[in-house]
Amino acid sequence: MKVLVAVKRVVDYNVKIRVKADQTGVETQNVKMSMNPFDEIGVEEAIRLKEAGTATEVVAVSLGVQQCQETLRTALAMGADRGIHVKTDEELQPLAVAKLLKAVVDKEAPELVILGKQAIDDDANQTGQMLSALLGWSQGTFASEIAPENGTLHVTREIDGGLEKVDLKMPAVVTTDLRLNEPRYASLPNIMKAKKKPIDTMEPGDLGVDIAPRLTTLKVEEPPKREAGIKVETVSDLVDKLKNEAKVI
Amino acid sequence: MASLVIAEHKDGALIPATLHAVTAAAEVGGPVHVLVAGSGSQAIADAAAKIAGVEKVLHADSAEYANPLAENLAPLVVKTADAYDAVLATATTFGKNLMPRIAALMDLQQISEIVEVVGADTFVRPIYAGNAMATVQSSDPKKLITVRATGFDAAAAEGGSAAVEAVDAAGDQGLSSFIGQELSKSERPELTSAKIVISGGRGMQSGENFPMLEKIADKLGAAVGASRAAVDAGFVPNDYQVGQTGKIVAPELYIAVGISGAIQHLAGMKDSKVIVAINKDEEAPIFQVADYGIVGDLFKIVPELEQELG
Repeated sequence: MKVLVAVKRVVDYNVKIRVKADQTGVETQNVKMSMNPFDEIGVEEAIRLKEAGTATEVVAVSLGVQQCQETLRTALAMGADRGIHVKTDEELQPLAVAKLLKAVVDKEAPELVILGKQAIDDDANQTGQMLSALLGWSQGTFASEIAPENGTLHVTREIDGGLEKVDLKMPAVVTTDLRLNEPRYASLPNIMKAKKKPIDTMEPGDLGVDIAPRLTTLKVEEPPKREAGIKVETVSDLVDKLKNEAKVI
Repeated sequence: MASLVIAEHKDGALIPATLHAVTAAAEVGGPVHVLVAGSGSQAIADAAAKIAGVEKVLHADSAEYANPLAENLAPLVVKTADAYDAVLATATTFGKNLMPRIAALMDLQQISEIVEVVGADTFVRPIYAGNAMATVQSSDPKKLITVRATGFDAAAAEGGSAAVEAVDAAGDQGLSSFIGQELSKSERPELTSAKIVISGGRGMQSGENFPMLEKIADKLGAAVGASRAAVDAGFVPNDYQVGQTGKIVAPELYIAVGISGAIQHLAGMKDSKVIVAINKDEEAPIFQVADYGIVGDLFKIVPELEQELG
């Protein structure tokens, strides 16, 4: 079975982001960029399926600017077999990403596509579900466990209040939640080997997909700041303040 | 303008977040209708009809809606959505799972987790884990929206008298089947709708110490939560997690015990009305957002607090 994983290049999760002074967005110049952490979990899961003998090939796809190739190299160093880069400098919104991925899926015919549940930049949480809809496939979102078996994918999903188990008819789209696995670090020899793995490059036009954005960002602002309050010395002071000043208990 | 809210329900009752989505829908543009899809779900449809401000309830009752499978619900919403300018759902795992599937089928770019309605096509939503707020304008003919409950007041659950109209089901798509759920059982209120939340972090040291927080929760009628560090350390199950990757809460009172205040945790609770922090590290970032802080050993302070509450 062939597995396709989608990887997005985002501002590294350890970076404290800065809103641009002109309110057009968030500063991404000279900021460390990394693979979206949820996508890393997706790559890891695909590689584990291959190591278990379930998957035969792992193909990583990234969409966007030239530097997305670095993100693809990371996936290849972790253990993906080859990469596909859909190159564009245009802003890509989730619906356009889903359409581009559908076009790639149509060419590659994987039986399983794994994506992160959301990207930590736009926090949209849409692409996997949209891709599944466009393909007419089943979807296993926010997965904490997956197990393919004879054309069925058993998925445990993280839902509000606990866990849900569903069985999906394959081919299927899965989106990862945090507890699906703990991604490995690429070893130096594997990083070197990854440089020789092939990356196929194409453009949205080659795939016949209209990527025009539907949402216009009018402005991006800092969230309202919360002021630090006071320190109290004793528990009875605290209870008194909560009762008589804040009036919340 | 007319807006359709997709009701979320569990165990025969509406989920409170649906009431917040109704408020958001009214701001986007009324009249507001509610779609209830379920199996043996008449009581839920009747409850939806009582929500203040709802003018009509569409009710699809069929076996394939016994569990909220997105593959089966999406075609139903797509054929129902024709008559509406906006379709809204809660930004819970239910809405997050379902809405993008509908959006793609209708060729619409969804607007996720709005916290404010600026106009019928313009919305405010958090990005980068709430570290920035984006105002976005949609050029789509219909708006597909998920609503972050903490951004909108709840509509009154009583006071309305909407008509309930049956709609045809769209059939089982045969793509997925529901096997089961393992839900945490708790007598306490649900985290996202509780008026008071008390959460423990890595400083709790072990899951065996969480009963200390539970005792206080029971005195205050509070829900118990946790930081990601506490969940990752295995102290408590993951549905306790408050934060960007867990639950977003905004109670009247949030008590953070042994929580340092990582950005990812703050993103999940910083809209709380009053925040109390108990931490032995005076420099912990949680104190920068806390209204009241106590520096000290939580194992001494928490039992004292329990006593003070009587």
